[in-house]
Amino acid sequence: MTVNGWLQILVFCGVLILIAPLLGGYMAKVYTGQRVFLSWLWDRPEKWLYKAFGVNASHEQDWKAYAKSLIIFSLAGWIILYIVLRTQSIQPWNDFGGVAFHAAPWNVTFNTTSSFLTNTNWQYYGGETTLTYFSQMVGLTVQNFASAGVGIVVAIALIRGIANRSSKSLGNFYVDMVRTILYVLLPLSFISALVLISQGSIQNISHYVSVHGISGLAQTIAMGPVASQEAIKMIGTNGGGFFNVNSAHPFENPNGFTNFYEMLMVLAIPASLVFTYGKMVGSRRQAIAVFAAMFIMFFGAVTVAYAAEAGGSPAQHAAGLHTQVIANSTGGNLEGKEQRFGIAGSALFDVVTTVTSCGAVNSSLESFTGLGGAVPFANLSASEVIFGGVGTGLYSILLYVLLAVFLGGLMVGRTPEYLGKKIEAKEIKLVALGLLITPLTALFSTALATASAAGRASIDTAVTGSGPQAFSETFYAYLSQANNNGSAFAGYTGYDGTLGNLPPAHGLTFADLLGGFTALFARYAPILFALAVAGALAGKRVSPAGLGTMRTDNATFVVLLIGVIILVGALTFFPALLLGPVVQALTGHLYK
Amino acid sequence: MRRDLLTAFRSMIVITILFGLGYPLLVTGVGQVIFPGKADGSLIKRDGAVVGSALIGQQFYENVIGANGKVEMSKGEPVTQPDPKYFQTRPSGTAPADNAAGSSFANYGPNSTVTLAALQGNVTTYLCMNTDVPYTTCDSKGFSASDTLYDPHVTSANQVPVDAADTSASGIDPDISVANAKIQAYRIAAVRHLSLATVDRLVAEYTTSRSLGFFGEPGVDVLELNLALDRISNGSH
Repeated sequence: MTVNGWLQILVFCGVLILIAPLLGGYMAKVYTGQRVFLSWLWDRPEKWLYKAFGVNASHEQDWKAYAKSLIIFSLAGWIILYIVLRTQSIQPWNDFGGVAFHAAPWNVTFNTTSSFLTNTNWQYYGGETTLTYFSQMVGLTVQNFASAGVGIVVAIALIRGIANRSSKSLGNFYVDMVRTILYVLLPLSFISALVLISQGSIQNISHYVSVHGISGLAQTIAMGPVASQEAIKMIGTNGGGFFNVNSAHPFENPNGFTNFYEMLMVLAIPASLVFTYGKMVGSRRQAIAVFAAMFIMFFGAVTVAYAAEAGGSPAQHAAGLHTQVIANSTGGNLEGKEQRFGIAGSALFDVVTTVTSCGAVNSSLESFTGLGGAVPFANLSASEVIFGGVGTGLYSILLYVLLAVFLGGLMVGRTPEYLGKKIEAKEIKLVALGLLITPLTALFSTALATASAAGRASIDTAVTGSGPQAFSETFYAYLSQANNNGSAFAGYTGYDGTLGNLPPAHGLTFADLLGGFTALFARYAPILFALAVAGALAGKRVSPAGLGTMRTDNATFVVLLIGVIILVGALTFFPALLLGPVVQALTGHLYK
Repeated sequence: MRRDLLTAFRSMIVITILFGLGYPLLVTGVGQVIFPGKADGSLIKRDGAVVGSALIGQQFYENVIGANGKVEMSKGEPVTQPDPKYFQTRPSGTAPADNAAGSSFANYGPNSTVTLAALQGNVTTYLCMNTDVPYTTCDSKGFSASDTLYDPHVTSANQVPVDAADTSASGIDPDISVANAKIQAYRIAAVRHLSLATVDRLVAEYTTSRSLGFFGEPGVDVLELNLALDRISNGSH
């Protein structure tokens, strides 16, 4: 570890803490219908959009109506994306990659469609070798906006449920969606895309460039509208790279500054929404408590990942490499990492994108050390509540808050209350179901994939072999898809890449379908439970806080909350973690 | 229900047009106007022809000349080897190496014998090029060992900078570490009949420092450095 490495990490944390309350306050205004500085620009377009959608903006929805709109909207998005991806052969610009791109087979397309719809952005395909610019823009970029919007509006609906004292209304799904995109996602994306281009990210609709290098060797350089997609991919915590290697590609992430900027974009909305929450329920202290719990876990994860990667890997030590920092060299485990990011920039990026549901990577997770690789596992095991995805992080941690309140209530022997609202049997059942469904889906899918020959076909036996790494790879695949993260131990495959994009390329149906269904189920079931909780809390009477009321905005509660999150995650995942990353972290043994 | 479906499809279609076409094309237009070179990939030209991108690593290889004085062929393709007169990029996990139209991780696990073998291979290649340690696996490169040719401090894997042994993430990493460049500088100076000081000065010139002084790691852009070398020793190669 180096002083400079720590400086990068601390500056990043400092900037995050500075911008979160600002952006959070802005978003609170957006969702309470107040005027903001962008109102002069969007007032009219907003009304046009409601008209074009055929939506009555003043119509208020209870949780069932809100959920119904959300599900049907998602269904429409799924169908359109699937059609876009399957019609590549008739799309414009489809031969810009040198050959005409055909559509991927149905099974891979099912996986891709489901994963982009759910903000997972798992990639069983290589962007530059299989997708047209048209699919990237009209298919994937659109869902980057829409799926991020869906996550955010659910969080907003849950906040309204907690805040509303007399009304059962959670707002209007389409209004929240439109305001999210116009006032939050689009302006941030547009500016960020230009920032990225200024640093070297590409943005064009050109043929791939064929060159002869200076020693005469031919090289083809993939092009495309990269920056526009990169920006929303980070801001919406989507994570689906334009290129196969995602943010490790120099055109997606050209230098140390863009690396910092992209990380900040990933955490910007999830961190800010906590303060939006504080504003909307009228308690800044409440927001700070939740933020503190998230931040403490985040910082712990960064420390472990950085220390582990700086220490080097058993394979490096066996090869006789010197992994300490020496002059002018990064040292550490630089396997699968880029020189310009180094160890600190890669470890921090890894933690930032796995605590959120982003799942973008700027280095190869599969090549992280056992302990360094255990950090993304741990982050996913915490069900993405450490900041988490846009919206999903907040609504998930609020479910944990309710659970912690319930447990605290049991300990002190009082009816649990949160912000004056009684937490009763009905709410706590919904909370428990909402929290357990994602881990259970992940474990069930992993078990299915590990126990069946069809599932094991996805393991990259040539490189990974059959040791604990093979299990880690499988487990991570379903843990990631269930948490809608999308990062991968990328040896695990659902697409026969050796055949490229030309027919008869085929997907691995089992992995494609299981992954797709895992992502869909673990996305929409918790959303429904979160909205149901919102519905149950909305309109509940508020009793004034008394002397015996358990405080939920002090250090004790922060500790309780972290304890509950770690306990649930650890109890659920510990046996599985032991078989994979823990074995790798504890041994210097090499496996074939 | 029908009404809901209609609303959903209408809104998704509007969103698709606005954000699938409008947004990326607007960014393309603005980006192309304000940052034209960068938006097109920071391409570098030499003598009017594009030779690569400053941001994308490439291979600096030469054809292997067989005993009969002809280019050796294998399966219809010429056999190549790293060209000693150029700085070499990091190991790549793409197929073929430095494939900028098909980026890919190598996915070498931390506890894998496959990784160990790959690392040992990379170390051997590096030592063959940059030391006079007799490795049985080294091919004759056509230049003989001498005391001035190599960095005297580099004798074993222990002195090989990690970036020279570890595969990059993208497979097209444009940069190498300064330590790596300084070791290769000895070879470059000898092969090109330049002074070590000259090559070191070029290395310093093409070293990108950390963004804003502290983000990321310093690196040497290999393509730009090699182009500068060619300009200096034009005529000698």
